[in-house]
Amino acid sequence: MKIAFSTTGLEMNSPIDPRFGRSEYFIILDEKDNSKQIIDNSAITSVAHGAGPRTAQKIIEAGVGVLITGNGPGNNAARVLNTSGVRILVGAGGMTVDEAYRAYKDNKLKQF
Amino acid sequence: MKEIVFISGKGGTGKTSITAAMSYLLGGNCILADCDVDAADMHLVTRPQAILSEIFFSGVEAKINTSLCSSCARCFQICRFHAINAGGTGFSVDPLSCEGCGYCFHICPEQAISLPERKVGIFQISQTRFDNILVHAELDIGAENSGKLVTKVKKEARKLAEKEKINIILVDGSPGIGCPVISSLAGAGYVVMVTEPSRSAFHDLQRVHILLSKFGLPAGCIINKCDLNEKISSEIKDFLVSREIALLAEIPFSRSFSDAMIAGKTIMETDAENIILKINNSWDIILKQISGEDT
Amino acid sequence: MIIAIASGKGGTGKTTLAVNLSAFLAEKRKVILADLDVEEPNSGIFLKGRQVHSEKICRMIPEWIERTCIMCGKCQELCRFNAVLKIPDRIMLFPELCHSCFACSELCPTSSLPMHGETGGILYHSIISKKLQLVDSHLEIGQVSAVPLISATISYLKGIAASDDLLIFDSPPGTSCPMLEVTKSAEHVILVTEPTPFGFHDLKLAIKTMEKLDKSFSIVLNQAGDEFDSTIIEFCHSANYRIIACIPYMRRAAELYSAGRLLYQEIPVIREALSVIANNLQLA
Ligand code: SF4
Ligand code: SF4
Repeated sequence: MKIAFSTTGLEMNSPIDPRFGRSEYFIILDEKDNSKQIIDNSAITSVAHGAGPRTAQKIIEAGVGVLITGNGPGNNAARVLNTSGVRILVGAGGMTVDEAYRAYKDNKLKQF
Repeated sequence: MKEIVFISGKGGTGKTSITAAMSYLLGGNCILADCDVDAADMHLVTRPQAILSEIFFSGVEAKINTSLCSSCARCFQICRFHAINAGGTGFSVDPLSCEGCGYCFHICPEQAISLPERKVGIFQISQTRFDNILVHAELDIGAENSGKLVTKVKKEARKLAEKEKINIILVDGSPGIGCPVISSLAGAGYVVMVTEPSRSAFHDLQRVHILLSKFGLPAGCIINKCDLNEKISSEIKDFLVSREIALLAEIPFSRSFSDAMIAGKTIMETDAENIILKINNSWDIILKQISGEDT
Repeated sequence: MIIAIASGKGGTGKTTLAVNLSAFLAEKRKVILADLDVEEPNSGIFLKGRQVHSEKICRMIPEWIERTCIMCGKCQELCRFNAVLKIPDRIMLFPELCHSCFACSELCPTSSLPMHGETGGILYHSIISKKLQLVDSHLEIGQVSAVPLISATISYLKGIAASDDLLIFDSPPGTSCPMLEVTKSAEHVILVTEPTPFGFHDLKLAIKTMEKLDKSFSIVLNQAGDEFDSTIIEFCHSANYRIIACIPYMRRAAELYSAGRLLYQEIPVIREALSVIANNLQLA
């Protein structure tokens, strides 16, 4: 299972970005082989409207199964994520990526 | 780091005055981000000195190179915004009508149309007289606020907060309930809704609350001018109780706010002790609620 | 004749002036008030009447025809507003982001994105009294742009207005596109301001906008009676801007407003101010 985290940095101890659509990076953890991949979403800052669906598009193109973020995506982005059945978990704002991963494993994150 | 966002929906509820009062209270312990760029008035009370100023671009605007134009009128025919003038001197674009959709650019057989970026305003970082930093922007006439601009203001505020090790960002949120408000709210740690007891403001409060609950954001409410209409005031309070929103303060109608503004001051710098007390008190409640969140 | 009432910022009393002036003038002549502040149409709170017509106002958005689409992705490339997205197995459309430019629709190589109408808001037309009608349009939540609804409402108004009707447009606040759309079509614009630094700052922006549009305009100073009045009055004098009325500040007015009542019927000073405006602009 590939898990995506919205984050402000590139490391496992980077903080979760509570935003989804305008989060500048995503760390994607592949549980199959524990490999890590980064999605650089920083070009999104130049998008005036509709950042959410654009970002969601990148997430599904990366084949993500679970998305972990803070406040949760807006309606449009959620629609895109739903088309490929991405599970959205929220409430990880204020955690680091590592902590959020553990919280996920312990079933402590809220379903969006 | 916590972002505290002040929003109101409808204009004229005193949101900016209250945000400015809080920033006075916090002084150098906070960064101010003015996302109410349609009416960026914060600088009138905080009287900032600019540290950095840059032109802000958003979207594009069509431009016709008349020397390449063969007057085929294709652009004129397809433009749904009537932005192409077919005057005596040849074809040109009316920048106030152009939506920046780029259709003409794609359809022009002579490649005479380009899509340069549109300058929409000025972005600024300044030092206020309360010893805090204000991140703000001023939009040009006819330019529209956007998620992009709000995000930029908040991003710079966050960067500065990190650099200066400041824990609180006060955000004067955008009005209305559209895309800019959603961007103002993105990443918020706490939301202060400033309302007044009028039908329209109450209506807006409810609409804004729908947004907040969708994002699961903790919120409190300040009822300004609370004695103007006791009936609506109590309806608002019932609403707050039913939605588990903290009532931060009820501030009676008072000339002191506009008197203070006219003197170029915040309410905290006047002798309206009653109100000052209430603002201090609301800040204490906010602080309690956000630190409770942290643990 | 079309008069627009606008202000650089919200909360200056623009709607209050629009409804009171309309009702006041309608004691003597025929008036249609149009609430074009479609994101916050509040005139209906003050003016209650009998609804005679309502209609859904449509705007054009594309619709995806899966059967003919070859998934070339051209539509996503064309749309500058991110309203079309190509994801692995389909094209997704986001109506709230669409500006109805027709580019994707008309440039799709297989014509797989025909445009169709979608409700963007609702227009209501009511008879308030013998001489007063109200048209107010309400933007649907989630619509990004108020402009298409405003322009459709203005076309409707032009259709129903008789030559002796005075049209009063309550404009959206601010100086962005929706405000331009409303004031563009008016013969004269009344800018409402209040004597505070915020009000003054926003008034200057509104004036710049009017000058850019080359519009005839005048100024009403609302909630006056403060030492700051003189700052605005002097500014207007020196630049030759016309202040047509000063409405004094009164707590009673704020109370009546929040109760959704008309002011001029209960406060003689306001009635007086309205008649000054009417005379100044020869509206009576
Ligand atoms: S441009 Fe037309 S054919 Fe190409 S992907 Fe879009 S809808 Fe399909
Ligand atoms: S009509 Fe224009 S704005 Fe709407 S989806 Fe098509 S290209 Fe985008």
